[in-house]
Amino acid sequence: MAVIRELAIQSMQMLLVLFLAPLLTGFVRKVKARLLRRQGPPLSQPYRDLVRLMRKDVVLADNASWLFRVIPYFIFAATWIAASLVPTFRSGLMFSWSADLIAIIAVLGSARFFLALAGLDAGTSFGGIGSSREVMIASLAEPAMLMIVFTLALIAGSTQLSTMAAFMNSPEVGLRVSLGLGLIALIIVAIAENARIPVDNPATHLELTMVHEAMVLEYSGRHLALIELSAALKLLVYFSLIACLFAPWGMSPPTTEPLPLMAGVAAYGAKLVVGGVLLAVFETAIAKMRVFRVPGFLGAALMLALLATLLRFVSRSF
Amino acid sequence: MHGLTFDIAHLLAGSLVVMSFVQLYQDRLSALINVFAAHALVLALSVAWQAFAQVAPHLYITAAIALVFKAIIIPVALRRIIVRLGIHREIETVVGVGPAMLLGIGLVALSMVVMLRVTADADPLAREDLAFALSVVLLGLLMMVTRRNAVSQVIGFMSLENGLVLAATGAKGMPLVVEISVAFSVLIAFIVIGIFLFRIRERFDTVDMQAMDRFRGEQR
Repeated sequence: MAVIRELAIQSMQMLLVLFLAPLLTGFVRKVKARLLRRQGPPLSQPYRDLVRLMRKDVVLADNASWLFRVIPYFIFAATWIAASLVPTFRSGLMFSWSADLIAIIAVLGSARFFLALAGLDAGTSFGGIGSSREVMIASLAEPAMLMIVFTLALIAGSTQLSTMAAFMNSPEVGLRVSLGLGLIALIIVAIAENARIPVDNPATHLELTMVHEAMVLEYSGRHLALIELSAALKLLVYFSLIACLFAPWGMSPPTTEPLPLMAGVAAYGAKLVVGGVLLAVFETAIAKMRVFRVPGFLGAALMLALLATLLRFVSRSF
Repeated sequence: MHGLTFDIAHLLAGSLVVMSFVQLYQDRLSALINVFAAHALVLALSVAWQAFAQVAPHLYITAAIALVFKAIIIPVALRRIIVRLGIHREIETVVGVGPAMLLGIGLVALSMVVMLRVTADADPLAREDLAFALSVVLLGLLMMVTRRNAVSQVIGFMSLENGLVLAATGAKGMPLVVEISVAFSVLIAFIVIGIFLFRIRERFDTVDMQAMDRFRGEQR
């Protein structure tokens, strides 16, 4: 019976993230539109887009290989796995033994690798540009991400997300400069990974500026729907990761009582709303960078993460 | 030392190192001056917190000196100078931002290694303060080495001095007289350098230090 309950909660998390991901994207769009004094699309717009795309026929390029058709499913699966492993409303989920931070980054990294392959597969020049830029960004973002993970793991003594969240929730964390630096670096990496504004504009189809959109330009129909959904899921993963590592307050303990679980879901929703508003404000306030300035931006994240690791050693003995 | 007091001291001293990195990252002069003002502000906060934590009231005076001179007077004066020299929009570096930051990380690592080895049995607060102070000093030196423009070299010098003040407050027992005289000598150095800037500019029509290398016949 206990096992069945645990399974139910784990699948509840899987469905919750799947349901919330388009809502989060729609929410950020809506807040951005309101900040620009536009009405903006309704919150349900991303769902409608997905349903419409699902109904449409797939148009494949003549010289697309089998890889091109398989990749959307693979990317969606990898991102969904990552999203369902990050603790959101309850720590100690059934599969949380596999929710290792390094493993989650590896899963997301392999999804990105296949997306870059898909960009190259159809042989169009835009896809090539997009893939090469994506790989350039990735080659800078991933070392930074790993340094952040090392810092957090050194502080929390584990790379297990549930354990880390429990440690961050305990009073023994205190105020640490390494954690602050890690948070800033993680936010920079999250912005770059999710193709948000200073690095890439998710709403544009201008050929000179796009990175993510250039890679998926050849996709249509249900393939495109899956890729859009995984992009939304990826945004949610990074939100949940930041919430779980740096703001684990209100997360429900490993229990099957309905009341704490509801409270956990409510806290998670509140965190997403706060994060979404902050992201929208940030994106409205800042201009997009030139592609050649991105290494400097991500380099700063790498430096901050390295510095966080170094400063961690000063406070080691206390 | 209780946890929170120590944590806040650690946080402020650590942010001073971070501000030094922000200085290294900035390549525009006017932004650099803003960052320098923030650097001095963090220093003042950190010194004031040390005054509170060590129950040493004379450190409040040091904090006030840092706040008034370095966070307000010197940045305002520097801004006037660069506007008068007409270089407030200039961008200048010898090495790029990336290598400079890498060098900076190396220097921070070096100072951590040195300080943590040398001061193994010191008071933890003084120990980490010394480690941070040494890295701020080294980063100030790095700033002076990697910049071409005399104004940003001055800023590097001033932030180096901020590191010295941090070391002095952590070490317990630097007399107030010494601190005040250091603060004033920095101010005087600033005035002298300011006058020099105008002289250099009169002579060479630029404050780019490469022009002086050429003048001495060291380069081509």
